[in-house]
Amino acid sequence: MHMADALLSPAVGATMWVAAGSVLALSARRLDRQSDDRMVPLMGVLGAFIFAAQMINFAIPATGSSGHLGGGLLLAILLGPPAAFIVIASVLTVQALFFADGGLLALGANIFNLGFFPCFLAYPLIYRPLAGDGTSRARVVAASLLAAIIALQLGALGVVLQTIASGISNLSFGTFAALMLPIHLAIGIVEGIVTAVVVLFVLRARPDLFAARTAPTAPLGRLLITFAAAAALIGGVLSWFASGHPDGLEWSLERATTGEAAEEQGVKAWLAQAQQRVAILPDYDFAAPAAAADSEPGTEAAASWPDVKLGTSASGIVGGVLTLVLVFVAGTLLRRTRRSASPPAG
Amino acid sequence: MSRVDAALRDLRSLDALAARDTPLARVDARALTVTTLAFIVTVVSFDRYAVAALLPLALYPVALAALGDVPAAALLRKLAVAAPFAVMVGLFNPLLDRAPMAIGSVDIAAGWVSFTSILVRFALTVSAALLLVAGTGMNGLAAALRRLGMPRVFTAQLTFLFRYAFVLGGEATRMATARQLRGNGRPMRLAEAGPMLGHLLLRAFARAERIHQAMRARGFDGEVRLLGGRRWQARDTLFVAGWCVWFALVRTVDVPQWLGWLMTGAT
Repeated sequence: MHMADALLSPAVGATMWVAAGSVLALSARRLDRQSDDRMVPLMGVLGAFIFAAQMINFAIPATGSSGHLGGGLLLAILLGPPAAFIVIASVLTVQALFFADGGLLALGANIFNLGFFPCFLAYPLIYRPLAGDGTSRARVVAASLLAAIIALQLGALGVVLQTIASGISNLSFGTFAALMLPIHLAIGIVEGIVTAVVVLFVLRARPDLFAARTAPTAPLGRLLITFAAAAALIGGVLSWFASGHPDGLEWSLERATTGEAAEEQGVKAWLAQAQQRVAILPDYDFAAPAAAADSEPGTEAAASWPDVKLGTSASGIVGGVLTLVLVFVAGTLLRRTRRSASPPAG
Repeated sequence: MSRVDAALRDLRSLDALAARDTPLARVDARALTVTTLAFIVTVVSFDRYAVAALLPLALYPVALAALGDVPAAALLRKLAVAAPFAVMVGLFNPLLDRAPMAIGSVDIAAGWVSFTSILVRFALTVSAALLLVAGTGMNGLAAALRRLGMPRVFTAQLTFLFRYAFVLGGEATRMATARQLRGNGRPMRLAEAGPMLGHLLLRAFARAERIHQAMRARGFDGEVRLLGGRRWQARDTLFVAGWCVWFALVRTVDVPQWLGWLMTGAT
């Protein structure tokens, strides 16, 4: 499931971009050092294979629905973590740009959720130790199943955490997790089985393709894991405080100062107003705790706070409609002047 | 199957839009990329209940579509196809956020306002991303990303992926069609899909080997060079600066509120 721009706050989106971008840069450097020029076309074609594989839909027994290969784990098995991560990132980029899956701000989050977990966690920590050298079919099946399930659960958990931390959706962590995790358990089982079937098929037909991948992991892999896990943790925890709820410091300041003398209120209000104007990142619930702290908790805070922030009065509606009309008039005029200016052959 | 097939066709048509000589295509790809990112960050930085205040930002996608001669119907169709996830998650807002909010003289649940905000955000950010590609094309965008400092491995990967998605997509479609014709309407089972995917994968490996040999024969030295080295011009600076000023203005001043005040005299 792709994370969407519409549900993301800039703080969370940017954090995930930094996390995904760092892993991408490290993976690229690692590949550059390998300098195996066969990898360039191989990665490109395997990325295209992921697109193509989604055209082969199969029936899922006992459900009446159909599924297809996702491919993250399969790529990690075939190409190794750094190359697979870059391929997945490229596939997601094309999907974000052309199919409007997710969006550009959410791209970092999507690359992280769908690329980092299968490539740098599920494959090296679960698949490889379990599958061994690939001679035992049962071990390959068990390893793919477990690795795919864990990768998809972590990815789904990532979507949930990023959505909650952004604070655009009202869903609570428990509800959203209860929705996402079981769905992704089912998806993970299907993904694991398909991955196992394809891996076993290729193992039988071209065992040489896997020979190169059994080399031991370099320490960089471990470094990457530590680094990215730390980034995710810090980003997740920090942005949780930054956007879902008001910043801890500000919140306690609000509480501390509301009981003070009246003249301070003026200065504080002015400061708050100035901060609202200057802030690049919005302070979503800034007004909410202020109202809640003024009155006793639970009285009429809920009823009063939306009004504080919103200028949704008659003039707001009139203005909104007017803006839309103006925007589309501008667009139509631009189109018309373009048509008349350019020769018909264009 | 037909969905992905249609998606691949869409992929090609969107890329083809950039090949024409429009004012949009004449904007430097780097300028368009940077401005689009600034646009998206501006959109998502608004308050969760912002609806009207977001609307002036629609000028950006509307202007790009006009400058690039991008058919509005195609854009709207893509938006509709991509909408389900954002709509699904957003629909919980009216259920969970029941605080009453005054819209004019009518009270509605605040969740409906934030849900509308999610839809507006979705339409704005997604259409901007689609128009970015319609303006630069995949190769132009990859070259721009390379010049903006993206790793070479990644930009080369993007161009390769884009090129061979159609080739392998066609191969997969033919395989699936062949099975369908012989399957007498029976749905494909996993036991058949597995070997089919395996064969497709083996063909992909073989193709990669052939491509590699062909590239070596033409002097490939491990580095993919992308064309598109246009010089940055004054009008590109103007494009980026002008739009950023507009985004900053809309972000700091509630333009619709102000317009409404101008029209009705009421606040």
